[in-house]
Amino acid sequence: MSSRTVLDAQDIERAIVRISHEIVEANQGTANLLILGIPTRGVHLANRIAASIAKNYPEFEPSTSVGKLDVTMFRDDLASKPSKAVTPTSIPRQSLENLTVVLVDDVLFSGRTVRAALDALVSFGRPKAVRLAVLVDRGHRELPIRADYVGKNLPTSFSERIFVKLTESDDEQSVVIEK
Amino acid sequence: MKHLLSTGDLDLANSLELLNLSVEMQGVNSRDVKKLPSLTGRTVANLFFEDSTRTRFSFEIAAKRLSADVVNFTAKGSSVSKGESLKDTVLTLEAMGIEALIVRHHHSGAANTIANSYWSNATVINAGDGTHQHPTQALTDALTIRQALKGKEDSGDLSGIKVLIVGDILHSRVARSNIDLLKTLGAYVGLAGPSTLLPSEASSLADAVYHNLDEALLDGFDVVMMLRMQMERMNSVFVPNANEYSTLWGLSSERFSNLKSSTLIMHPGPMNRGLEISSEAADSSQSAIVDQVRNGVSVRMAVLYKLLAQESSAK
Repeated sequence: MSSRTVLDAQDIERAIVRISHEIVEANQGTANLLILGIPTRGVHLANRIAASIAKNYPEFEPSTSVGKLDVTMFRDDLASKPSKAVTPTSIPRQSLENLTVVLVDDVLFSGRTVRAALDALVSFGRPKAVRLAVLVDRGHRELPIRADYVGKNLPTSFSERIFVKLTESDDEQSVVIEK
Repeated sequence: MKHLLSTGDLDLANSLELLNLSVEMQGVNSRDVKKLPSLTGRTVANLFFEDSTRTRFSFEIAAKRLSADVVNFTAKGSSVSKGESLKDTVLTLEAMGIEALIVRHHHSGAANTIANSYWSNATVINAGDGTHQHPTQALTDALTIRQALKGKEDSGDLSGIKVLIVGDILHSRVARSNIDLLKTLGAYVGLAGPSTLLPSEASSLADAVYHNLDEALLDGFDVVMMLRMQMERMNSVFVPNANEYSTLWGLSSERFSNLKSSTLIMHPGPMNRGLEISSEAADSSQSAIVDQVRNGVSVRMAVLYKLLAQESSAK
């Protein structure tokens, strides 16, 4: 088994800063933005994107604009795969009306997690728009879903595995591809 | 974990997982859309050989909020009244493709019998069997205690909390389930009741046993859980009469007013007001009786989710 580092710690930092700028640019400012991370590493990325936005736009208040959305209970493969433990969902707003929600995850693969996230979101209300930000897009979609903000497009073969490591949950920070 | 038959089968990790999952389910139950797709296409049967209001409805609501299909079976109005046995009833439901059986039966061990038989491959959840166990009620009570005394978001055990269970311990499946689970969660458990209604092994079940309620209430319990006096047992063998029971063992308004104002009052329902509990105590701000019912739906969602969505993937 061989492994190759495709993004190092610096690359990840730069990708996060770029994505945070792209989000504000597309939203024409920071008003009515809600950034929701998908556990586990999507939450860390969402927090970092929010911190990066707050650094450049002081009017952006992370405590009311960042949350986490657990999608385990909305997955379509519950019956066939042992599922992960459910982690808390926290959405720091009463209503999603008029908000642009940016979903954040580490790797975009089949698209099924994002589909589950869209279902989970609908049970909270009707946002004005939903966008998707991912650190790595590795292809092999099984559903008509695409990301709006991508850290790195990484063409892979189906059998390869991608490991995202972030300082919040791992002992180093990198994106590694293993074949 | 395929079945939930007794709180005695739950270790600390399993118990905390179910309680914390219940907190997530409370979140779902407070949303506009109170529905999860987790059990779509699964069929759950409520198999009730004994009357019930809150347990049956809360299981039905819980299963429906998880998108399962629910069929309700009550002994009255079924072929049981024509003499059909438990075995044939279960075989019939199995043939129809039921994946989970929620069983309430007047005989202790009924749920275990089904779970350990060849009659069915379904997941079995004990919803009360005779005088044996009622695990989802105990989980509901544990969640209610934790949230009332340690905060809504707490995710830990119940160590340091003193719980007094009062009344007919001998015949109470609620008491038996609660004792097991509270001990697993690290709580201090006291039992109080007339000696005719205490099991012979009471002193090995609990941390303290009292034969006088007023004495017990002096010991600074954080939670006082009153049990229902089962009127059918109100005869000379167990208790001389209702008046005497109420005087000696009821949470009267006078006893209630002597408790410290932080003491949590619980009752699994249905209550006999004026017998084991006074209206002053039941309706006070210290009473968690309504919360116990409210939490029942979330806890049963958590149990169904864990057993059917998370763990029965090895089909």
